[in-house]
Amino acid sequence: MRVTLKIWRQTNRADKGRFVKYQVGDVNPDMSILECLDVLNEQLIERDEEPVAFEHDCREGICGSCGFMINGVAHGPLPATTVCQLTMRHFKDGAELLLEPWRARAFPIIKDLTVDRRSFDRIIAAGGYISVSTGSAPDGNAIPVPKEAADRAMDAAACIGCGACVAACPNASPALFTGAKIAHLGTLPQGAPERDRRAIHMVAQMTAEGFGGCTNIGECTGVCPKEIPLEVIARMNHDFIWGSWRERDNVVTTMRPFTEWSTGSKFQINEQETD
Amino acid sequence: MELKSRIPSGPIQDKWDKARFDMKLVNPANKRKHSIIVVGSGLAGGSAAATLGELGYKVSCFCFQDSPRRAHSIAAQGGINAAKNYQNDGDSIYRLFYDTVKGGDFRAREANVYRLAQISVQIIDQCVAQGVPFAREYGGTLANRSFGGAQVSRTFYARGQTGQQLLLGAYQALERQVNAGSVTMYPRTEMLDLIVIEGKVRGIVTRNLVTGDIGIHLADAVILGTGGYGNVFYLSTNAKGSNATAIWRAHKRGALFANPCFTQIHPTCIPVSGDYQSKLTLMSESLRNDGRIWVPLKKGDKRPPNQIPEQERDYYLERRYPSFGNLVPRDVASRNAKYVCDEGRGVGETALGVYLDFSDAIRRLGRKTIEERYGNLFDMYQRITDEDPYQVPMRIYPAIHYTMGGLWVDYNLMSTVPGLFVIGEANFSDHGANRLGASALMQGLSDGYFIVPYTVGDYLANNKFPSIDESDPEVRNAVACVQQTIQKLLSINGKRTVDSFHRELGKIVWDYCGMSRNAQGLEHAIERIRELRDEYWQNVKVPGSGADLNQSLEKAGRVADFFELAELMCIDARERNESAGGHFREEYQTADGEAQRDDDHYSYVAAWGYRGYGNYPELSKEPLEFEYVHPAQRSYK
Ligand SMILES: Cc1cc2nc3c(=O)[nH]c(=O)nc-3n(C[C@H](O)[C@H](O)[C@H](O)COP(=O)(O)OP(=O)(O)OC[C@H]3O[C@@H](n4cnc5c(N)ncnc54)[C@H](O)[C@@H]3O)c2cc1C
Ligand code: SF4
Ligand code: FES
Repeated sequence: MRVTLKIWRQTNRADKGRFVKYQVGDVNPDMSILECLDVLNEQLIERDEEPVAFEHDCREGICGSCGFMINGVAHGPLPATTVCQLTMRHFKDGAELLLEPWRARAFPIIKDLTVDRRSFDRIIAAGGYISVSTGSAPDGNAIPVPKEAADRAMDAAACIGCGACVAACPNASPALFTGAKIAHLGTLPQGAPERDRRAIHMVAQMTAEGFGGCTNIGECTGVCPKEIPLEVIARMNHDFIWGSWRERDNVVTTMRPFTEWSTGSKFQINEQETD
Repeated sequence: MELKSRIPSGPIQDKWDKARFDMKLVNPANKRKHSIIVVGSGLAGGSAAATLGELGYKVSCFCFQDSPRRAHSIAAQGGINAAKNYQNDGDSIYRLFYDTVKGGDFRAREANVYRLAQISVQIIDQCVAQGVPFAREYGGTLANRSFGGAQVSRTFYARGQTGQQLLLGAYQALERQVNAGSVTMYPRTEMLDLIVIEGKVRGIVTRNLVTGDIGIHLADAVILGTGGYGNVFYLSTNAKGSNATAIWRAHKRGALFANPCFTQIHPTCIPVSGDYQSKLTLMSESLRNDGRIWVPLKKGDKRPPNQIPEQERDYYLERRYPSFGNLVPRDVASRNAKYVCDEGRGVGETALGVYLDFSDAIRRLGRKTIEERYGNLFDMYQRITDEDPYQVPMRIYPAIHYTMGGLWVDYNLMSTVPGLFVIGEANFSDHGANRLGASALMQGLSDGYFIVPYTVGDYLANNKFPSIDESDPEVRNAVACVQQTIQKLLSINGKRTVDSFHRELGKIVWDYCGMSRNAQGLEHAIERIRELRDEYWQNVKVPGSGADLNQSLEKAGRVADFFELAELMCIDARERNESAGGHFREEYQTADGEAQRDDDHYSYVAAWGYRGYGNYPELSKEPLEFEYVHPAQRSYK
């Protein structure tokens, strides 16, 4: 089969960017769309053109590296599937596919289909953990965890941090991503002591990053490759409200949402700002 | 070179306690003054960086992905072993130790393996406390399953995503330290050289993959947790970015490379379907519990499997290994698949595949049971191949999966370069010639959470670190080397892409240094690799510049290192005149075709020293002694 790919090309953040059309013949229906891009890139290199920069690593749908919009849908048309697992047999012979990067203020474009998602790391750093240092843990069976709690926690913990939820959301809200972590940890007895703090810190960081707010549209869960349910957002809001009340005497600090890259020689200090 | 393994004296069960007691401690007030570099944010690197940060050291952590959470550990499916004996089925630290030494075909260090088994217990506790959602029983206790032929049920798991959940636990601990200011994370940053000053490691040279800037990072100790080198083969179950650059460049700066030819081939992967193929997908080994493996009796039989009558099928594993049947260990199952395909009896379009058939199991247990047991795997198979395994037998073929070899380390996980520690799959330490299922995750976390934080402290407390800066000639030299390599790769402007070379290299290594090897083939491979490498440096085409995101340039540097490593693998395989675990030399097999070790001559770790490209590397041997588990011939008949 053959396809036409209209791909967003942008050299760097300063560049304005544009769509460029490419024909790819000889497409094997068994290849993934990333392998189709590999084939295109080999051809571009041979023609002395720059290959398309796109992110990928595991190619098994688990690392969360890959992701772009295909004809306006994050990760393309197949439910619960990342682009690395999306095979070409799901498209018609001769199809025209429009590929563009995640678009959100908090995900600045690096090049072509590649964006900077470090804002997600900072949301986790703000509170997406259980504060237990190595060596201080009790026996694994000391605190029983009901099977249902473990199962629900696992449902939420399956998030791969790809960012499709943000890309699909008209407000560019990461509520599904943040909610997934809050629901995962908060559902387990081990994570209960920090529930309030976790929610208010993660939400504060989310706001500091310049993401939009959630207005319950639900596009996110529709494109999520791990089918994270909307309930996690309700859970986030619940924990946030209770947390804000109980912790109202405490100051919440956030990290600076930096977009520059540090190269070394010196240690970079996280600037702490008060929100 | 004399290798000092620094194994503590005394009974095996007391060695680690003794070692920890003998270690010097760093005064808490001084910890902040020591900077430590951790390269890698997988289970090994991530857990080490987080723990060192908690202890108060000044840590910088590096990974080439855009986030530390994406390290390849994320892809591990099956589970993690621990000698908890929660099932009361006779497991113990000693049994896990025994199984691992035997599974490694008696080519691992006993003291290290024993320590691994001891620590396994603490790992589970730590991970549970971090919120890893392990599978549970209705009563709320942890669930287990059996894995990889073990007779006890000691594998802990989180659905089919154990690696993901363990890594997220380590990642969250790491991000907590980033927030606390004790760890600085450098994502999208690749280590390209090691800085060694006056015989001690003092830092690394990096390239920022977005800006192309070359950076210098100085420290008092460097820890590499950069994963395995399976991608030498081009097609493997590793992630596309997995590479050997960090360990190879450290090797060139003096770290010995141990047992490079010990690589593991996993029997149940989805076969290659075309030239465009970029990677191979693993199907869990558990499928062999209920699936039956067969090929047609006749050569070149192209009939669809359902039309081949029972008496014209060869269930070759059941025929050759009546007592273990389809459950023989990974290396045996893989090798036999190769044999039947070499005979021309392989199936599928490429004829490189064998059937894994569930029709008997479906008949016996019903479709529902099979769905419950393997539903997600069947779905994955169908998604990739567009075939329904409930109706037609799956096609599987072996693929490279794990590398037991790696940088040589002593009991303290320090390489032959003082101050350079190596953890996780990047080192050679615990799995000998063959790794058992569910034990890599255990090793990575054991190294990172519980071993290296102590042993690095001991090193720091015992050494002095004169102050250095970027103007040091060794620093300049390392930076110049990195810049030259990049410039050279960009300037060749030849005719062939990096991937086309990598594919060809992978094919050579797979054909001659894969599932079975022989001296003549290895000689041939070494010659072919050299020729191809020469061509590479004259004819590779790397587009773009070094001053921005350039994925071709990243690959080009990694493939350059794979060439040299591939040659060393072949040299090591040719030098080891015996068969052991994943290393099967056709000349050394028993009368009935099984691997034959030669304990009298090869009971050692082969550690290779770099002597400049084109010069034969220097071999140092660390003899292995087995005081507790006595070497015996493995038999699965
Ligand atoms: C498909 C699959 C399934 C598996 N299933 C299991 C299982 O069920 N049980 C089990 O025990 N084991 C399993 N394994 C093996 C196990 O997952 C790995 O051995 C283990 O996770 C390796 O961890 P690591 O921390 O050593 O390396 P990795 O997780 O590979 O991490 C390497 C890190 O180093 C960084 N890095 C590498 N090079 C550089 C560089 N030059 N500069 C900067 N950073 C660099 C990377 O960015 C990454 O952060 C599986 C492996 C695969 C491939
Ligand atoms: S919630 Fe879903 S879409 Fe959002 S980052 Fe996680 S996996 Fe991706
Ligand atoms: S490449 Fe890892 S999820 Fe797609």
